[in-house]
Amino acid sequence: MASLSISLSSNLSATRSSNSISDLYLSSSISPQSLRFCGLRRAAFTPLKSSSSKQLVSKQCRGKLSVCASANGTVSGGFDYDLVIIGAGVGGHGAALHAVEKGLKTAIIEGDVVGGTCVNRGCVPSKALLAVSGRMRELQNEHHMKAFGLQVAAAGYDRQAVADHANNLASKIRNNLTNSMKNLGVDILTGVGSVVGPQKVKYGKAGLPDTTITAKNIIIATGSVPFVPKGVEVDGKTVITSDHALKLETVPEWIVIVGSGYIGLEFSDVYTALGSEVTFVEALDQLMPGFDPEIGKLAQRVLINPRKIDYHTGVFASKITPAKDGKPVLIELIDAKTKEPKDTLEVDAALIATGRAPFTKGLGLENINVETQRGFIPVDERMQVIDANGTLVPHLYCIGDANGKLMLAHAASAQGISVVEQVTGHDHVLNHLSIPAACFTHPEISMVGLTEPQAREKAEKEGFEVSIAKTSFKANTKALAENEGEGIAKLIYRPDNGEILGVHIFGLHAADLIHEASNAMALGTRIQDIKFAVHAHPTLSEVLDELFKSAKVKAGVSSPVGEPVSV
Amino acid sequence: MAHLLNTSFISTTKTPSLYRPATLLAQPQLKKPTKIQAKIREIFMPALSSTMTEGKIVSWVKSEGDKLSKGESVVVVESDKADMDVETFYDGYLAAIMVDEGGVAAVGSAIGLLAETEEEIQMAKDKASTNAGSSSAPVAAAAAAPAPVEAAVSVSAPKANDSAPKAKSVTGSSVHPASEGGKRIVASPYAKKLAKELKVDLSGVVGTGPMGRIVAKDVEAAAATGVVVDTAKTNVSVKPDAGPKVELGSVVPFTAMQAAVSRNMLESLAVPTFRVGYTISTDALDALYKKIKSKGVTMTAMLAKATALALAAHPVVNSSCRDGKSFTYNSSINIAVAVAIDGGLITPVLPDADKVDIYTLSRKWKELVDKARAKQLQPHEYTTGTFTLSNLGMFGVDRFDAILPPGTGAIMAVGASQPTIVGTKDGRIGMKNQMQVNVTADHRVIYGADLASFLQTLAKIIEDPKDLTF
Repeated sequence: MASLSISLSSNLSATRSSNSISDLYLSSSISPQSLRFCGLRRAAFTPLKSSSSKQLVSKQCRGKLSVCASANGTVSGGFDYDLVIIGAGVGGHGAALHAVEKGLKTAIIEGDVVGGTCVNRGCVPSKALLAVSGRMRELQNEHHMKAFGLQVAAAGYDRQAVADHANNLASKIRNNLTNSMKNLGVDILTGVGSVVGPQKVKYGKAGLPDTTITAKNIIIATGSVPFVPKGVEVDGKTVITSDHALKLETVPEWIVIVGSGYIGLEFSDVYTALGSEVTFVEALDQLMPGFDPEIGKLAQRVLINPRKIDYHTGVFASKITPAKDGKPVLIELIDAKTKEPKDTLEVDAALIATGRAPFTKGLGLENINVETQRGFIPVDERMQVIDANGTLVPHLYCIGDANGKLMLAHAASAQGISVVEQVTGHDHVLNHLSIPAACFTHPEISMVGLTEPQAREKAEKEGFEVSIAKTSFKANTKALAENEGEGIAKLIYRPDNGEILGVHIFGLHAADLIHEASNAMALGTRIQDIKFAVHAHPTLSEVLDELFKSAKVKAGVSSPVGEPVSV
Repeated sequence: MAHLLNTSFISTTKTPSLYRPATLLAQPQLKKPTKIQAKIREIFMPALSSTMTEGKIVSWVKSEGDKLSKGESVVVVESDKADMDVETFYDGYLAAIMVDEGGVAAVGSAIGLLAETEEEIQMAKDKASTNAGSSSAPVAAAAAAPAPVEAAVSVSAPKANDSAPKAKSVTGSSVHPASEGGKRIVASPYAKKLAKELKVDLSGVVGTGPMGRIVAKDVEAAAATGVVVDTAKTNVSVKPDAGPKVELGSVVPFTAMQAAVSRNMLESLAVPTFRVGYTISTDALDALYKKIKSKGVTMTAMLAKATALALAAHPVVNSSCRDGKSFTYNSSINIAVAVAIDGGLITPVLPDADKVDIYTLSRKWKELVDKARAKQLQPHEYTTGTFTLSNLGMFGVDRFDAILPPGTGAIMAVGASQPTIVGTKDGRIGMKNQMQVNVTADHRVIYGADLASFLQTLAKIIEDPKDLTF
């Protein structure tokens, strides 16, 4: 649907100058027949006739000619913009692109650098470091190399070159992001944005007068910053957060990582590959909270136990003092429950990976009577902001880490797209359970939907049965060819109707493999249907093929494979 | 927890060899010629992976007397990599647990009994108690079976039922010093891990890392003084400092490795051996060692290299007598070096030691020791030696004599290099570092003169070691 409306709108704007408006309606109404060649079924066109996106396009075209020719839309109703987004991270960028596609005149306000955490201090540079660590790990594993018949002399690395790779990648992606918005005509406004009142935003650089603009709709997408617990003194050299760690200014001999979630795990992968020894400090009773317990257990066997890593669980780091005056970094551990002192660690560095805190200060939320909860902006399931009285604030939305629903870059982007869908007249509620997550260790971990305990709890409450299916990478030809047979995929499903409740993968390229499952969940595809899908052989995707095939669903095929379509 | 096994997991492992119904946990009693009634079924240790030969019982989900219904998890089994829930195919009662938690059983051996009715529980229990002896026997048999005979010493996969009690005794003996409120011990994660593996007590280790921290190499150094390189080929593991606690008055059966050592020792009695000794000055070798130590060269590698070079000049000393009728002149010079590891002895092999340069040889040696420690040596890495070296020098042993490993022609026992007062030919007295070596050889193929000239060559090489580094 979405892509269809683009092609239509560009057709329209191209022919618009020589045709009357009635001609336009005519040309779009005959399209089902004339466009058949492009391979779309006729049925796909039918709802479009009444779709508001088409009306929107034609409405704009009645406006100013010059604006209509460019990609960014024009505004109706006396506003400066249709949509103003505060924060140009991945969430804001995703929303902006989709808004332009939907014909909205869009501006994005950024007080720092385009790309936000993900591109500059998060997912992107960390992937560069992990790419290095993966190769180091492989080259250092003589046993693995020998199994291939390869001989490699001692592998080494140049720290600065590794750091440069991460930095270069970040700037490249940042430029791509900036250019993609510029090319579409999104106005990139520089300065710190805040909400002044309903549908009104100001922005400006420190010391300069602010500019106030009006917008029909506002999206807050200000993201998050690393969370630093009380008692921790961050000096950026020996006690650091992910922001500093990604610059890789040092590779300490021994580093404590506080927190064993995604961020901590990924950094442990990087540091141990580069020769550091790692100690995890985890407040909960087991490492890797949040992962499916079975996956966590296996991951611990592969990612923690054989590496130069030890850990303390069930403890808080109550006080962390950076190294100074020839003294090492001091970390005081207290029992997470009794708060009694347990141990003191003396190490070379400490990385604080205890999660992220929303960055919502100075947004002027008091002007519209919105109170944050632990810093997060409360929203409903459509990302519309809720004020202190519990009522929805019209025309104000908040996406991404700032609302805390699911602190992942791609979730923010999906939420942004969902908001744009709503403000352009399509009701849309994002199914967060179909958003995949991945941890880029070696091998990778990925997941979508519920964990097994969550599924069992839900099943108990709602009275259905839960089944589990598992496949091993050991049985996959491609994985064995790569000598990477370590790993499993796990499917949690309802045997009565074939609904997929969750999929968890630990193994080679798990992060890339999860999408077959997440897409199936997003589209509501049932196991009895997807098991007929064909996978190229030999590929890792057959792990999921096997997984679906091994599920025992009592229901039959829910619908025959769609009628054949001529292409 | 997982309900897989018979459903999903196995269906994925479609390797033909795996596609046998290895998952039948409770099989009808048709195949086994035991006297158990048809309605009492044995629960077998399942094969959870193609490489699995035995499994460890992590926990019994059910206890004896519990009612089981088809598809329920009964026991959690640990295979090479993962813990797996094992479920029953039949309704009934868990009548008897034959392998307790923490115990190990060979794939296919019975780990428990399943009775169909409550009345049969007692019958099954009786059966289990009469079978008790044999239930552990298959494990031991399976363990001993793969032990190769070729090598002087052989190692089969670590047997958890052997190591379990040991681990217990160790945790019991080494109390965590930090918890005593005494002086805290600061050791890096890898150092701690190594210490645990090598059973080194960190309280006795001096740290050389940043701020006096104990790092991996400190533990390795501490362990090296404890690592016994023993050619006497006895089972007595010499641990100078705080050896493992042994319960006095008890009889402890051989582990698989110890059984293999014992077998080889007996076999060696069929070989007519003799011994020739030699004293060699090591001043030049020590000086060279100091010079290239920083490049990762070890004394073991240097000795192996020197021996290999000497062997190259005397192929007969590298030969062996396989059938009692002929000389087998080995095509390559593979130096096996005896290494004591926990509860036994193994001889990792440095292949083609005469051709490989000293640095590569040192790296290879480090890799072999790491693997030996992790019990990951492949058979070809400890069974292919053509000449064996054994060094007890680090314990101050000045001379000893070694037993010839079957299948090889000679073994050399190396004593400590010590400052010795030496009279020189020009009538002076001087101090020299000297070590004694003693070669044991099979006299069917290697004669006294052969050994004598070999030792002369070796002495020349060690006393003028420039050839070692090429």
